[in-house]
Amino acid sequence: MSSRQIQNLMIFFYIILFFLYLFAPLFMMGVAAFNDVEFPQVVPWEGFTWRWFPQLFNDALMVEGIINSFWIGLGVVALSVPIGLAAAIMMTQVYERFQTIYYTVVVSPVLMPGVILGISTLVFWDRLGTLVDADYESLYYSGMFLTIVGQSTFISAYTMLIFLARLQRFDRTQEEAALDLGATHVQVFWKILMPFLRPAIFSAMGLAFLTSFENYNTTVFTIQADSTLTTVLAGKVRMGTQPDLAALAVLIIGITLIGAIAIEVAKRRELAKEAVAREEAKRAEHAADMSLAKAPAQ
Amino acid sequence: MNDFFGLFLPAFFAVLLAILVAPVVQKHSGAVWRSITGIKFVQRNGVVISTYLLVAVIAWVVFMIILPQAYMLDFSFRHNLPPGKIGGPEDVYTLKNYQYLIFGRPGDEEMFNWLHLGVFIRTIVASIFVTLINFVICYPIAYYIAQVAKGGQARALILFLILPFWVNEILRAFAFRILFGTSGVINAFLQTMGIIDQPIDFIRADVALYAGLSYAYILLMVFPLYNAIESLDHNQVEAARDLGSPWWRIHWRVVIPHAKPGIASGCTLVFMLAAGALAAPQILGGPSSFWFTQIIYRWFNTGGNWPQGAAYAIVLLLACLIFVLTVMRVFKVSLGEIAK
Repeated sequence: MSSRQIQNLMIFFYIILFFLYLFAPLFMMGVAAFNDVEFPQVVPWEGFTWRWFPQLFNDALMVEGIINSFWIGLGVVALSVPIGLAAAIMMTQVYERFQTIYYTVVVSPVLMPGVILGISTLVFWDRLGTLVDADYESLYYSGMFLTIVGQSTFISAYTMLIFLARLQRFDRTQEEAALDLGATHVQVFWKILMPFLRPAIFSAMGLAFLTSFENYNTTVFTIQADSTLTTVLAGKVRMGTQPDLAALAVLIIGITLIGAIAIEVAKRRELAKEAVAREEAKRAEHAADMSLAKAPAQ
Repeated sequence: MNDFFGLFLPAFFAVLLAILVAPVVQKHSGAVWRSITGIKFVQRNGVVISTYLLVAVIAWVVFMIILPQAYMLDFSFRHNLPPGKIGGPEDVYTLKNYQYLIFGRPGDEEMFNWLHLGVFIRTIVASIFVTLINFVICYPIAYYIAQVAKGGQARALILFLILPFWVNEILRAFAFRILFGTSGVINAFLQTMGIIDQPIDFIRADVALYAGLSYAYILLMVFPLYNAIESLDHNQVEAARDLGSPWWRIHWRVVIPHAKPGIASGCTLVFMLAAGALAAPQILGGPSSFWFTQIIYRWFNTGGNWPQGAAYAIVLLLACLIFVLTVMRVFKVSLGEIAK
């Protein structure tokens, strides 16, 4: 065996080890969900059971947490997608001298620890509430509202980055052509920019919802007396000795894997479609050139 | 306090509005201010869309990013007062929240508050350690996917990399508990192999915590590295090899210098997330060891002393800021490159 072959073998072995590290914990958790013992464990194996799954839905706290997480996710989508879109469009229009400082400010929530975003949101709204002498039932102290705002602070930055990436590929000449043909700026915005950004809007919505749904660090401070899926989960895991958690994990992993694969497939299809469209455009252009070239000869 | 709300807030608002709008206002048209529609920004977007853009961006930047941070900073210099006394004569600025982190209560036996300082230092050192481990684990994979693997294989590997990270952070930590617990898979395996007689308490030894934290942020290390290495022309690697360079020198002199922005960005992201992690230490941390975020959490919940917690949060934020600036200086990259 040459040294090159040994090297390749080692690299192969390393990759196997790496992916084992990635998947083994999840796989073990999956196995524990079906083990018929009162404690989440894989060995000793006491027999196969489904009984941890129904037990999940008897937990009222968990169901309430899931419902809250769902509404918060919708709220975050409704808030962070328009903000991210506006911030991205603004980025293309801000005077160049201010671009760096503007970018630094709007990207800073991505780099800030989640706990700090949660704390600052909580403190800010609490102080505002005290200042205006708000009712304790009012929005200033509502855990759901604060969580939506706190999460949107950094999720808006994510959506902005998605829009910015898409805008970079935007062909400015389309806009100019429309303006030359007499369209108003508002028409350009709705008829040209928006359709171009549509795929980015959908992926931003998906990302915002998922990020919100599984956020813990920010939520745990802003949610206060309410609960979300993640705070309920964290509470259970910390006391944590029941296999129904593993069962929940299996469900969540199942759903997210299907979702992730669906997104991946959709992305591939989109890319393939774009490639086909490009190919066709090229062919059409070529055909047009050909007919033009032939025209004088006839 | 009402002065603050009545004066400072509108002034701040006006300055920010000016900063945002002024640059897009046409520079040399003296008559611009006569009507709002004369502003180039409004002309360009129409009244409705201009309003939407300005309202959305200002709401975000001012009310979600800048003011909350400013209030947190302000709050960290205040006494812990019941709501009735806020704005009263006792509501004055103080350094006591920061003093407490360093010196503890006045009259304590120890000179310094070693309990909390120790946790802070441990959090920072452990986060740096996790960052380094992650870099060492991820570099070969990133290099392999970016330079060695063929198209389809590379895409499949990337998909496999992403999949585990769709799973909730808390459940990922839970998985490590099943793996590392005293009756967990690893202990059972070692015992049946006859390597150990007594189960090892991985959780108390913090092995589970470090493994779980490294695991949690692998993706954030691999992707910046991958992006940076992918842009390297493979001919450069070939050239170095043809000229007789051993593999380690190719990496040290060709690949790593090229991948610097990616390394900087991966390291800052992982460090920040590890230092700011809360779920993993809560679930995987040993009973005797704390993470700094857990102390902050306690001040806000069971401790019931928010200004104290805000002060601790500011200290954590400063530590992260210093780390980012150091990395930027060492690797000579800009913030824009890191946040990509």
